[in-house]
Amino acid sequence: MVNQTWTLSMMRIKLALRSRTFLFFSMAMPLGFLFGYVIFFGRGNAMAVPYLLGAILALSVMGAFWGLSMQLVMFREQGILRRFHLAPIGPGAMLASSIISNYFLVFPTVILEFLICRFVFHMPTWGNLWAVFLLVSIGAATFSAMGLIVASVTNDMQETTVINNIIWSLFLFLSGVTIPVAFMPGWVQKVTLFLPATYLATGLEGAMLHAASFSEVLEVTVALAVSLIVAFEVSRRLFRWEPEEKIRGKAKLWAIAALIPFLLLGGWELTRGHLLQEINHQFQIINQRAAAAPHPTANRR
Amino acid sequence: MTEPVIQVEGLYKNYGAVEALRGVSFEVHEGELFGLLGPNGAGKTTTIEILEGLRTQDRGSVRVCGLDPQKNPVEMKHVVGAALQSTSLPDKMRVEETLEMFAHFYRDHRDPKELLKRFQLEEKRNAFYNQLSGGQKQRLALALALVNNPRMIFLDEPTAGLDPQVRREIYDTLEELKKEKKTILLTTHYIEEAERLCDRVAVVDYGRVMALGTPRELKQRSAGTTRIEVRLSQPSADGALNHLDGVTDCRKLEETYLLHSSKPTQTIVALVKHLEAQGVELQGLEMFSPSLEDVFLELTGRRLRE
Ligand SMILES: Nc1ncnc2c1ncn2[C@@H]1O[C@H](COP(=O)(O)OP(=O)(O)OP(=O)(O)O)[C@@H](O)[C@H]1O
Ligand SMILES: [Mg+2]
Repeated sequence: MVNQTWTLSMMRIKLALRSRTFLFFSMAMPLGFLFGYVIFFGRGNAMAVPYLLGAILALSVMGAFWGLSMQLVMFREQGILRRFHLAPIGPGAMLASSIISNYFLVFPTVILEFLICRFVFHMPTWGNLWAVFLLVSIGAATFSAMGLIVASVTNDMQETTVINNIIWSLFLFLSGVTIPVAFMPGWVQKVTLFLPATYLATGLEGAMLHAASFSEVLEVTVALAVSLIVAFEVSRRLFRWEPEEKIRGKAKLWAIAALIPFLLLGGWELTRGHLLQEINHQFQIINQRAAAAPHPTANRR
Repeated sequence: MTEPVIQVEGLYKNYGAVEALRGVSFEVHEGELFGLLGPNGAGKTTTIEILEGLRTQDRGSVRVCGLDPQKNPVEMKHVVGAALQSTSLPDKMRVEETLEMFAHFYRDHRDPKELLKRFQLEEKRNAFYNQLSGGQKQRLALALALVNNPRMIFLDEPTAGLDPQVRREIYDTLEELKKEKKTILLTTHYIEEAERLCDRVAVVDYGRVMALGTPRELKQRSAGTTRIEVRLSQPSADGALNHLDGVTDCRKLEETYLLHSSKPTQTIVALVKHLEAQGVELQGLEMFSPSLEDVFLELTGRRLRE
C-alpha cells in the first residue's frame, strides 16, 4: 500500500513536470505574481518584501487546490483510472498520490520564491523558516485534499472547473493574498474568517513578518490538519473509477463536512478571537516600516 | 477434480432498460483457453469486466481463482491480469516506465524488459503513450496484462483492429502462455480465432450462453452440413428451396439465402434445375464447409459480423 502510493506519486510528479500547463500555473504564474507584487505594491522597497512574500507563498500553496486533483477527474473521464483499477490499488493510494505529489511539487516554487526575495529583492529576513515549513507542508496537503473533495462530488471536467473557479475566486480575493483584508469593509472581513485560505495567508505573512512562533501558527495548523483528514476520508468514500459512475445529489452534501473545522474556527474567531485585529495591526506595521525605509533608488547607489 | 479457476453462475445485469446479461453461466478450468464468442452487444465485455471486478452484477455469483472479485478485490487482482477492450493511459507516460510502474504494484512480477522484447516494443521503450500506433498501444496493453505473472488472464478482444501479421504474433504468444499452463479467458468475434485457439467456446448472444463446448463439438452440433449461400435475381417462392435435394435448413438473411445441405453436390444440381425452370437468374453462389459461423447462424439467425 505504502509502496504503491509512492510509485503512483512518483509517476504523477513526472507527468506534472512534463505538462506545460502545470508548469505554467504552478511555477511560472506564482513567480510572475511575485515580481508584480514587489515591483508594483512594494515599489522595490525591501522592507515590504517579507509581507508580500508571505502572500505569494500562500498563493503558491493554495495552488495545490487545482493541481493534481483535477487530473483525477480527467483520468476518470478518459478511462485511465479503470486501467489502474485492474491492479490491486485502492482509492486511498490513488488519492494520497495526488496529495503527496502536490506536496513535493510545491517546494521548488517556494524555495525559488525565497531565493529571489532574498537575493534579488534584498529581503532583510528569512522569517521563521520552521513555521513557514510547517504551514507550507500542511497547507499544500490540505488544499490539494480540498481539490479532491470537489473532484469527488462533481461528475465531469466541466462541472469540476466551474466549481473550482468559484471556490478559487473566494480564496484569491477574500484571503488577503490579492486584496489586503485591512482594505475590506467590516462585514467582508467577517466572511474571510470562515475561509481556510485566510488562515493560511495570515499565518504565512505572520511567519515572514514578525517571525511568528510555532504556538502562534498552531491554531491554523490544527484546523488545516482536521480539514485534511476529513476531506481525504470523504473523497475516499466517494471515489469512483468508472467514467459512467455518477454521484447522487445527496452524496454531494458530504463535501460540507470538510468545511466544518473552518466553520467552527470562524465562529470562534468571530466571537472570541482577535485575528482581525491582528491582520489590521500587521498591515499597519508594514505600512509604517515601508514609510520609514529609504527609497529603493537611494539604496542602489 | 480441482476447483475451476472461473465459476460464473446465473449472471444478470441491466443498464437501465438494457438487459445486458440474462443468466450467463460457465466454468473455466486450470490451464484452459476459453473463448466468449458473440456479436456486438452480446454482453462479452460486461461479463468479463464483472469477473475483473470493474463492474458489479445485479444477480448471480462469480468466483475467480476461488475469490469473489467484490469481496476480495486486492487478493484477486494480484493473481489476475487483464487487457481491456480499449485501454487508456496518460498521454505523457513512456512505454517502459508504464510497465515498470505497473510491475511495482504487484507482489510478483515479470521483467519489464522481457515483456518489451516479447511484444516488440523495445524500439518504442521511450516513446510517450500518445506517440504509439493503435497496434503498439494494443501490444502494450497485452504486456501490461502479463506484468504480474498472473495465474488467470482476461483478454477482451485482444486482436481487434490489428493487422494479420500482428494478430498471428499474438496467437503465438497465446500458444506460449498455454504451454505455461496459464488459464485464459478471451472474448472475440472472430470465428477463426475461436476455432484455432480456444479449448472451449461459449457462444453468447443477447446476454445468454447459446451453446458451449469445444469447437469440434459445436461444429458437430451443426450436423456436419455444408452451408451454401445463394443470391438470386428475384426472390424465390416461399419454401421452394427447402425442398431441394439434401437441404436440411433454409433461411433468408437480407438478400442471401442460406441453405444447409447434407449432400451439397446434389443440392447444387437440384438448385440449378429449379432456377432454370423458374426463369430465375443465379447471381452468386458460395459454399462453406461446416464452421462455427454455421453454429452461430443456426443458434441466432444472425451473422457474427455484418
Ligand atoms: N456502461 C454502459 N451503460 C449502458 N449500457 C451499456 C454499458 N455497457 C454496455 N452496455 C450495453 O450492454 C449491452 C452489452 O454490452 P457489452 O459491451 O457487454 O457487449 P460486447 O459483447 O462486449 O460487445 P462488443 O463486441 O461490441 O464489444 C449492449 O447493449 C450495450 O449497449
Ligand atoms: Mg466488448
